[in-house]
Amino acid sequence: MSVQSNDRAGIHAGIQTADKPLGRDDLARLVARDITPGSFVNLGIGQPTLVSNYLEPEQNITLHTENGMLGMGPEATGDQIDGDLINAGKIPVTELPGASYFHHADSFAIMRGGHLDICVLGAFQVSATGDLANWHTGAPDAIPAVGGAMDLATGAKDVFVMMTLLTREGVSKLVESCSYPLTGIGCVTRIYTDKAVFLTGPDGVQVRETFGCTLDELQAMVPVPLKAASAAGS
Amino acid sequence: MLNFPDTVNEAVAGIRDGSTVMIGGFGNAGQPFELIDALMDCGARDLTVVNNNAGQGDQGLALLIKEGRVKKMICSFPRQSDSWHFDAKFRAGEIELELVPQGNLAERIRAAGAGIGGFFTPTGYGTMLAEGKETRILDGRGQVFETPIHADVALIKALTADGKGNLVYRKTARNFGPIMAAAAQHTIVQVSRIVPTGDLDPETIVTPGIYVNSIVKVA
Repeated sequence: MSVQSNDRAGIHAGIQTADKPLGRDDLARLVARDITPGSFVNLGIGQPTLVSNYLEPEQNITLHTENGMLGMGPEATGDQIDGDLINAGKIPVTELPGASYFHHADSFAIMRGGHLDICVLGAFQVSATGDLANWHTGAPDAIPAVGGAMDLATGAKDVFVMMTLLTREGVSKLVESCSYPLTGIGCVTRIYTDKAVFLTGPDGVQVRETFGCTLDELQAMVPVPLKAASAAGS
Repeated sequence: MLNFPDTVNEAVAGIRDGSTVMIGGFGNAGQPFELIDALMDCGARDLTVVNNNAGQGDQGLALLIKEGRVKKMICSFPRQSDSWHFDAKFRAGEIELELVPQGNLAERIRAAGAGIGGFFTPTGYGTMLAEGKETRILDGRGQVFETPIHADVALIKALTADGKGNLVYRKTARNFGPIMAAAAQHTIVQVSRIVPTGDLDPETIVTPGIYVNSIVKVA
């Protein structure tokens, strides 16, 4: 496993619970803490970008941005803002010591060649077998935009998803099979949600932690069979 | 033969109706606004444009689209909060869209410049963006056959050129510049400065001048 989580109490006993659902920042903090020191990581646009706020310098994480940079620093402010230095979301950012720049084909070779340890992406839906849908609702009037999502989903060694477990209408986004157009097949290894952390793989969906619900209550919300993660699986 | 036109209008004067034009840039970083404005002035239409996006706000590529000069966009991420001109044309059925995963876009451009006839990649396998394309199982993974994207002209932006057409870029404004320069029949570059041949360290040159046809300095 390229991800460490043994620094949190209770993990070795298998499933861990917290007494309330996690907010976006708590979830970002949890993902940040789970990233193995020394990893090369790509954070998707939107909620995954929050993870960068909680990475500790001692973790020595190198952030990749698809538009041609390793060693991306925090968002730029004031005099730091430079239109030639932006991230995938077109937000001005900074460079850290040791940063490098490269052209787009090299940047995507970093993804596609399997060199990134982890990418963190948002999702509309994830299936029980780790299929990801995050680029297109499929609505007839929607203008589709895919960007680098398919390259990240198929190229990174580990694909983490961050999302709310339920839609605004209360429907589970963890599904037996995605109804939205797919981004990648069997690519997601871990799903971080406000109500639980799920591990996906050939053994089905395992629950590592729950937040503000029991495993039984979680099962009632989700249409796929769940089981508690074994200590080894965490 | 490398040339150094005095103005951007002179630089783009040879672009004809129906051309395929690669335009560098990711968002506004590296977008050659002055060359795009000149392309607008020169009046060429029915263009196929290759860019990562489909224009932002009310400038550059967005205006070219607004004015109806672009027949088809080949891009990865057309829909943005400020892509209103593309959105309007698309919803009106007045512009064709070929949506390409960004890594496939970059590699298809690179393949054109490198003389590669096509390649297999796992990106997009099993998705609607691979529909109708040849697939194979290679190394145990489903892969999709992708073909090169060639262009008549590339319009790109670099920081500095020398007298041989060698280029260096600035930060993330490099993005598609080097691969588009190689993929197009005719590459036009706008730069902030032109230095005498020999002033650029050969070890730091990103795009060798062999890929460059015209260089124009903009203020």
